[in-house]
Amino acid sequence: MDQSAHHTSQSAETAALLARTPAVITPGHTFKSVTDTISHVVLTKRTPLGWFLGFFVAFVLLMILNMTIGNLLLTGIGIWGNNIPVGWAFDIINFVWWIGIGHAGTLISAILLLFRQQWRTSINRFAEAMTLFAVACAAMFPLLHTGRPWLAAYWLFPYPNTMGLWPQFRSPLIWDVFAVSTYGTVSALFWFAGLVPDMATLRDRAKSRVAQRIYGMLALGWRGSAKHWERYETAYLLLAGISTPLVLSVHSVVSFDFAVSVLPGWHATIFPPYFVAGAIYSGFAMVMTLAIPLRKFYGLEDFITMRHIHNMTKVMLVTGMIVAYGYANEAFFAWYSQNPYEQYMMYNRTTGPYAVFYWSLIAINACMIQLFWFRSVRDNIPLLFILSLFVNVGMWLERFIIIVTSLHRDFLPSSWGMYAPTRWDFGMFVGTIGLFLALFFLFIRFLPAIAIFEMRTIVPEAKLHPTAHNTRGGGPGLTAEHHA
Amino acid sequence: MAHAPAPTLYGLMAEFDTPSGLVEAATKARLAGYRKMDAYSPIPIEELNEALDLRRTRLPLLVLLGGIAGGIGGFMLEVWVSAVAYPLNVGGRPLISWPQFIPVAFETTVLGAALTAFFGMWALNKLPQPYHPVFNVDAFTRASTDRFFLVIETSDPRFDRTGTWRFLETMHPVGVSEVAP
Repeated sequence: MDQSAHHTSQSAETAALLARTPAVITPGHTFKSVTDTISHVVLTKRTPLGWFLGFFVAFVLLMILNMTIGNLLLTGIGIWGNNIPVGWAFDIINFVWWIGIGHAGTLISAILLLFRQQWRTSINRFAEAMTLFAVACAAMFPLLHTGRPWLAAYWLFPYPNTMGLWPQFRSPLIWDVFAVSTYGTVSALFWFAGLVPDMATLRDRAKSRVAQRIYGMLALGWRGSAKHWERYETAYLLLAGISTPLVLSVHSVVSFDFAVSVLPGWHATIFPPYFVAGAIYSGFAMVMTLAIPLRKFYGLEDFITMRHIHNMTKVMLVTGMIVAYGYANEAFFAWYSQNPYEQYMMYNRTTGPYAVFYWSLIAINACMIQLFWFRSVRDNIPLLFILSLFVNVGMWLERFIIIVTSLHRDFLPSSWGMYAPTRWDFGMFVGTIGLFLALFFLFIRFLPAIAIFEMRTIVPEAKLHPTAHNTRGGGPGLTAEHHA
Repeated sequence: MAHAPAPTLYGLMAEFDTPSGLVEAATKARLAGYRKMDAYSPIPIEELNEALDLRRTRLPLLVLLGGIAGGIGGFMLEVWVSAVAYPLNVGGRPLISWPQFIPVAFETTVLGAALTAFFGMWALNKLPQPYHPVFNVDAFTRASTDRFFLVIETSDPRFDRTGTWRFLETMHPVGVSEVAP
């Protein structure tokens, strides 16, 4: 079923365990069957009715986003509920939430590549697409929070205003601009580089002239030359190596937005690792939310197998527990610091006006995920779908609690206040969900949601079978002349 | 395709249905002295690098240089902005407060390296290239699905239309075709 099956030094127990592990690809697939199945989703003339229904819902939500942004630009950010003392609310909550979701895509495409995790192959393409769309949604929030986004060029990027003033490079907010814009750029390059050989496949298989032209242009003239593959694989590996510290830096920098300030509940050294773990946790939940319906409706169960579902569940379990450890640490720091403000922050979180949200997030992120220990839960796909939605909610609540409870009651009781979102806050939030889903539906329809060429590399046909005449490796001429 | 001589020729193409067939053919062709040739496959095949004696790409060095340039550029921008263009004296604190310049310098390092890896790879591959003779062969559409091709080019000194054709046929290909330029 997979390569490790014929390792000779394998104990009987390991063999038995492997026999119970589902394969990364259902046996029996060939170069052609893999290519046909995945490219058919894109090249078919018939668009499934379900696609239109799904896209319609996404489109309606997208129109809510347009309406909200229109009103926001005409009226100003006063239409949102955030105001002193809670100057940051939905815009930063949703920013962190979306950016976090994006992290799973890079983890799958880069970190799992470096660790040679073969199961990443069938989920990396759409997870990377998810990253891009999530980053696009995330970037809208801080940009629109400026109120006048067309002036943001000199507020955010190193470009002086008319008085020669530059952005403050000692501020985490500027670090954030660099981190997120670099992350978006690198993710887009990585994604596009991965797509090019598949564009060539679609170009060669498309029946309509229009499709041939468009995919042909996107394929950049790719012809699968061995010389090209060599540089391509090198570039891909390098991009993976570069993206690995990048993805860890992005959510660390996002956490610096909080940790570098001196507010109780924000000023904690646990923040970078705790944020990164939370990002991967929520990202995998979103991958699961997308993968479960995708494999079902497009009949891709042969490629996104139970192995993927199991592994994603396990990653969520581990990262979820790191997040829970972060919650425990916050409580411990508050007690151990003996600082009345820190202690009050924790007291306010657990018993204050927003306590119900705090306990909900504990219930989800610390308690509910313990269900993932059970194989029966990991095998139950409808249940996993529901649990993954809960994780998305739980991580959103976490950001709400971190941001709002620390701001609404800080040092001076005279400046305490309450925060409540307006309908425009919700409009913006569901609107970005609409944007995300609309982009995702378009992606599934027009681009291969699974990396076709990478799937071809894991079918049994791709293995070399040395024949009797084969001089490869043993040829004296080859080794002597080889000067690479 | 017909064996009839064409006015001009880019090379001869042999088609194989397994990666092993292609690697074996490429190895034999190299041992037979052919140098101007290329293999085409729907998947990356590491063994082809050895079979064709491909030189390791210079890309890693370029990426390293790109990263260094990005890092130094980003850091110097921060230094110049904070200490030269608009020096701001905050209680006598140092203008070049380098620890706080690290996050941005790190991101520009990554950006420089990633841009070099991406654009450098396409540039070294000479892509985008809208036209290439191999596309003239009808069977080549399967090069992106399940077939493997070896092309020996006419520019090779040992190339001989009949001799090379016969040589390619000894390797049990699915077929041999002429590639129009």
